[in-house]
Amino acid sequence: MFASCADPSTLDGLNWLACYLTTGKHLDFYWSFVVVLLLLAITAPLALGMGFLGAMAQRSPVLPLRWLGWAYTAMVRGVPDIVFFLFFVIALDQGLEWMLHQIRCPDWTEAIRQGTEFRVCPEAKIPPGSASAFWYQLDGFVRAVVTFALVFGAFAANVIHGAMQAVPRAQLETAEAYGMSRGQVFSRILVPQMWVFALPGLSNLWVILIKATPLLFLLGVQDIVYWARELGGSKTSAYEYPHPDWRLWYFLGLMFFYLLATYLSEKVLGRLTAKLSRGQATAAGEAMRKAGA
Amino acid sequence: MTCWETIGAYAFRSIGYGERLLPRTDFTLCQQFTLIGSGLIWNLYFGLLALLAGFFLANAVALAKASRSPWTRKPAEWFIFVFRGSPLFIQFFLAYEMFVMLPRAGIDIMGITVATDWLTKAWAGALIVLFLNTSAYAGEIFYGALQSIPKGDLEAADAYGITGWKRFTRIQWPTMLRLAWPAYTNEAIFLFHATTLVFFSGFPAFQQRGDALYYANYFADKTFNPFIPYPIVGFYFICLTLLVTLIYNRINTALNRHLPQNQRTRIRLRPQVIR
Repeated sequence: MFASCADPSTLDGLNWLACYLTTGKHLDFYWSFVVVLLLLAITAPLALGMGFLGAMAQRSPVLPLRWLGWAYTAMVRGVPDIVFFLFFVIALDQGLEWMLHQIRCPDWTEAIRQGTEFRVCPEAKIPPGSASAFWYQLDGFVRAVVTFALVFGAFAANVIHGAMQAVPRAQLETAEAYGMSRGQVFSRILVPQMWVFALPGLSNLWVILIKATPLLFLLGVQDIVYWARELGGSKTSAYEYPHPDWRLWYFLGLMFFYLLATYLSEKVLGRLTAKLSRGQATAAGEAMRKAGA
Repeated sequence: MTCWETIGAYAFRSIGYGERLLPRTDFTLCQQFTLIGSGLIWNLYFGLLALLAGFFLANAVALAKASRSPWTRKPAEWFIFVFRGSPLFIQFFLAYEMFVMLPRAGIDIMGITVATDWLTKAWAGALIVLFLNTSAYAGEIFYGALQSIPKGDLEAADAYGITGWKRFTRIQWPTMLRLAWPAYTNEAIFLFHATTLVFFSGFPAFQQRGDALYYANYFADKTFNPFIPYPIVGFYFICLTLLVTLIYNRINTALNRHLPQNQRTRIRLRPQVIR
């Protein structure tokens, strides 16, 4: 990166370190932190939306929809989330390719599953065989986002459903007595009041989501864990910057990153909870009222 | 091979008994069920031992965090913060790299050479991480319960002249356990779920002896069909979850036996407080 870094073997001490930490691969490493943050920023609202839909389905008057909502929320209770991560990543891929195959190659006669292989026609490949490396990376990232949104949506559905149940029944009955329709009761009374009950669960979920991001590594995305292993491994003198096994230090760095992220999140979410609790008929709201008086 | 022969060959494959070679072609449903079930032995091993040992450390950590002296409180707070604030996945990697860095020949402590290579094996290294991890989570749960013991109970103890150690063992500790139990059940369930991470996080599976998810992943890789092995793991874990809930429910009933029916705390699985 710097001009002085042209010949690393002549450097020593801090100069060496400065050059070492700004190699192209290290820039990729730093970029992967941005990828993780990007994943969080995209996944969180998506998972919240999925959770909302799941909770709505659970309260729906239509029986099959209720079953669907129940199954969706129940799926994460007994089965480790990492099973879903490993499952969805292949299942989504095969499902999409199968659908494209049905649409684009209707007169393909060979079976798709041949023994241990999964073969669709070339037009149905995602991404197409001719795509550049960038598209493969993007494909992996999008698949990770969808998988995270599905799994964490199920957790969020649990939280939101519980919060909807926690809104005092009398509030809804009063609204009904005023002649509001089902939809009006839902959007004007239930949803605005539900958030304060959902917030502790959702804050916890956000921290869990942060702590789940290293699983990106298992989904085949070149994330921070991938780079930490790659860069930290011992480099012989055949490399520009030879060094012994430094993976421990790289992982310590990652640990620090995660501790900082969860610490800051808890600070911010704590403030948000305090703000939302003000004036609410909950224990926290009552404690605030007493403290103020 | 009939299914009985398969079970005979692979039921204890994960701990090194039976057929050495894993199936490579013509995978049958029976093979998948047997091998994945065999891997479950490891999940049980990690989960049970970590829970058992973690229970004691968690109590100590909770008490240390609740103590007035900063010399015991601060280390407990930091311990809980570090293990609860960082991903278990990273903890596994970090611990593995740390154990690998130890001198291979062993450490010399006062003339006695202590071997270190066993620490890099999953059975010991991963167990240590899981033990510390669950201690931190359970410690926080117990600490919270310790803080929410009704004031009246302690005042009543004072009034009866029950003080000091006796007050702790008779009043505080049983009440803490009773209040913490529903959340602790949740922690136990998700600890068992967390054991599936072990063989994906640096710790190598020696001679392909892995846990349930390791074998499921093996089958999914080989057959390129995720729709059979992963639901099998799911099935096993649902059974395990039900079993854990059942056992913890029994203990919960015992802890609540002195209370009137309507005051007893019930155990519900609460995915919103997962780890």
